[in-house]
Amino acid sequence: MRIAVLGSGCATCKRLHETVESVVAKEKIDAEVEYSTDVTKIVELGLMHSPVLVINGKPADLKSNSENDVKEAILSGLE
Amino acid sequence: MDIFAPIQWFADWLVYTIFNTTKGSQLGNTVNFFVYDTIKILLLLSAIIFVVSLIRSYFPPEKTKKFLSKAKFPILNNLSAALVGIVTPFCSCSAVPLFIGFVEAGVPLGVTFSFLISAPMVNEVALVLLWGLFGWKIALIYIVSGVTIATVAGWVMGKLKLEKWVEEFVYKVKIKQAYEKKLTIKDRAHYAKEYMVDIVKSIWVYVVIGVGIGALMHGYAPNDLLVKYAGPNNFFAVPLAVLIGIPLYSNAAGTIPIVSVLIAKGMAMGTALAFMMAVTALSLPEFIILKKVLKPKLIVIYASIVGLGIIFTGYLFNVLIR
Repeated sequence: MRIAVLGSGCATCKRLHETVESVVAKEKIDAEVEYSTDVTKIVELGLMHSPVLVINGKPADLKSNSENDVKEAILSGLE
Repeated sequence: MDIFAPIQWFADWLVYTIFNTTKGSQLGNTVNFFVYDTIKILLLLSAIIFVVSLIRSYFPPEKTKKFLSKAKFPILNNLSAALVGIVTPFCSCSAVPLFIGFVEAGVPLGVTFSFLISAPMVNEVALVLLWGLFGWKIALIYIVSGVTIATVAGWVMGKLKLEKWVEEFVYKVKIKQAYEKKLTIKDRAHYAKEYMVDIVKSIWVYVVIGVGIGALMHGYAPNDLLVKYAGPNNFFAVPLAVLIGIPLYSNAAGTIPIVSVLIAKGMAMGTALAFMMAVTALSLPEFIILKKVLKPKLIVIYASIVGLGIIFTGYLFNVLIR
């Protein structure tokens, strides 16, 4: 699967990227994790906040940026 | 009745009975103030952030932009943008996508700026803390003056035709897919709780440091320390407070405990508020982030208008509250 974290380079964005990396490592998920600070990508997805978690090209339904919620979002993207 | 009375009772018991310091001594006063204010402010903050996040979840920016691109009366657009700016989720991380999203949706530049001015300047956490520490009148003047500045400044900026000072690429961005999130009340409460934990975790240190500095001044600095330099009779105190506030960057939660002590030590209310607003709304890191989408000239105009607005608010408070 392809996972991308889109952000504007702020602290919250970097933290989300780290959380995603750690979830992928812990759950041994075969995923390509990309981190981008190209804000136009966020707007193109119809979104106006940052950071955004994108799974297989679609914005994930992320309830919050906590590790549990990130894990849930990534696992539901596996199916 | 004072709803914070149990906290005062606890602080008294802890400081005078357990720590065994003398009531009324400088040390006793300082520690008591520290314990009481830390608990009170952290409790207030948690409650406020939870409630505000819950309200916020009903005003996502994706909805806001639709609403603002349709409104038809010039200055009323600015007013509604300023009002929406109070409750919309905003942190410096989101400033750039918000800006591009507004422009893409056809929201006029002046209206977008009303939003960009009000979002950091009228901070709901500051609002409720002001209410809790100084009473509702102060909180009301704070919100009214902030919204007025954002409305008028955005309207003026709309008249100035500044579109050419926005980076060209912004006008070329097009939305490729629409996005709408459906949330249940349970989702919203969950989001609010996580957000609260996240914020309190990241700012509690500043609150404790802020209250600590405040407590030291409360216990040890003479009461009229600041009257001469920052009292209502010093005309230059307000602009000076704003200048000092620009390079300092903190959130309202860390600033307010210090501000409340500065006031107790003789700083005029308006001067103290101007300082707080400058610290939170005029921040170098945010201007650097905005450089991605705005040319330097426009950032300077934006910062000057906000700065003048804050100075105005400072004088207004100093005249109204004596």
